[in-house]
Amino acid sequence: MTITKPVNNVRPRPTLSAGIPSSAIVVAVLAGAFFVLPFIALLAGITWSDLPELLTSRSALDALWLSLRTASAATAICIVFGVPLALVLARSNFPGRTLMRSVVLVPLVIPPVVAGIVLTEAFGRRGLIGEQLSALGIDIAFTTAAVVLAQTFVSLPFMVTTLESHLASSGEHYERVALSLGSSKWRTFWTVTLPLLRPGLVSGVVLTFARALGEFGATITFAGSLQGTTRTMPLEIYLAREADPDAAVALSLVLILIAVLVIAVAYFRPKHPHR
Amino acid sequence: MKRALTTLTTMASVIILMLTGCSANSSTPEVSESDATATGEEATLNVLAAASLQKSLEEISEEFTAQHPDVTIDFNFAGSATLVHNLDSGSPADILASADELNMDKAEQAHLIDADTRTLFASNTLVGIVPVDNPAQVSNLQEATANGVNLVICAPQVPCGALSQRLAEAVGVNLQPASEEQQVVDVLGKVRSGQADAGLVYATDAGLAPNEVSTFEIEGADEELNYYPIARTANSEHPDVAETFIEFVKSDTGRSILEAHGFTTP
Repeated sequence: MTITKPVNNVRPRPTLSAGIPSSAIVVAVLAGAFFVLPFIALLAGITWSDLPELLTSRSALDALWLSLRTASAATAICIVFGVPLALVLARSNFPGRTLMRSVVLVPLVIPPVVAGIVLTEAFGRRGLIGEQLSALGIDIAFTTAAVVLAQTFVSLPFMVTTLESHLASSGEHYERVALSLGSSKWRTFWTVTLPLLRPGLVSGVVLTFARALGEFGATITFAGSLQGTTRTMPLEIYLAREADPDAAVALSLVLILIAVLVIAVAYFRPKHPHR
Repeated sequence: MKRALTTLTTMASVIILMLTGCSANSSTPEVSESDATATGEEATLNVLAAASLQKSLEEISEEFTAQHPDVTIDFNFAGSATLVHNLDSGSPADILASADELNMDKAEQAHLIDADTRTLFASNTLVGIVPVDNPAQVSNLQEATANGVNLVICAPQVPCGALSQRLAEAVGVNLQPASEEQQVVDVLGKVRSGQADAGLVYATDAGLAPNEVSTFEIEGADEELNYYPIARTANSEHPDVAETFIEFVKSDTGRSILEAHGFTTP
């Protein structure tokens, strides 16, 4: 017995090349290969039998745990500071706004090692602010707090720019309605602005966390490198290259897996019904 | 479609050209070897050298090229492990000079160097450094390892860190560093910026920031030396020129430059 399929199911699928020049497809395939091949090469280079031992070494576990803790802390700080900053940049009109917006982007474009030097000048023991803190008995040099500070500095722009573009595209319509109905500014923020900002916040958190997790240059310049205190995964990988390249490859695999997981959580979540 | 094909063939030929270009370089040293039998021939030497050798080797190469005007010397200064890794990955090189024998052993085991040309040309010792105002009042290794003193050393995985551990064991102190850096210059940087109260560096690096750091001698440091080996690579395109350069590094001229920078020479 044959089943006749409903008409709408047999319509031809859109062809892949519609509107795309064939040469662009060739280049796209090459570009894709360029991205994927290094990861395949990494997988091919792993001695799988040694993997459990390499990944459960004391130094590797310390580095992983430290990375997860510091990147989470930096992300939390970026939410607390990033939301108000993005609100001000997106929805207020003050003379230095464009300048301010450019300043926020600076950590994004300077090399991380420069970020480390800048942070040392400010928060180092002889720095502008660090000296005052030192006098008060607060010394953040070579502490885990210094790692979080470095990660926050380099990843805050990701949070702010992501939120700002969401705020700009969603407009202020709903807030105006809420305010006209007598809601306070504070209540409007919590019940209207923040829920509407949710998708932006999710992307912002993902990008911020990923950047904080990968932070290397500012950390090694500003915070130092000591197992369990300041030596995060990227620093551990860089050091492992010196003595044990296999361990460096194995640890790289862990960071790649975390990255894939983070991207999966961010972009393959169920679609929000409203948007 | 025709355009796609053109693009593809262009790219393929570029890639093939690049690939064959590389292999021609590495697999046919014999061809160029004959060109460079006399040191009067034009040649470019690629020298992979430990970062701590930068100033001395650059000066030595200036003297060398003054005597051999047809020779150009290109340096790649980096950590010794990185250099061996680069060499193993096919980085074009004629000479390898590492900051420790361990990494040169690795290169020799992988047949990356010509073992017959391997020779020690310098040695280095460790000294302690403090910021000039010496906030923690450190004047010897014991004081540098006291509680509350931010001591910065090299990580044990790199040559200067391995030497620091050996020295600490020999002297009988327990190093409790605030940070273990990847390179000597990073230790120097942390001390000269005042982030750290004290650091252990090579004697040759201590002199790089005379206005910002003061040096203290470590008792027993002259017993624990770091030896610098140099060798011609197995794939050198100009083996004779390379060996002439190695001889020059070991000559009186080379030695006096190395000593001026704080190295001890054999």
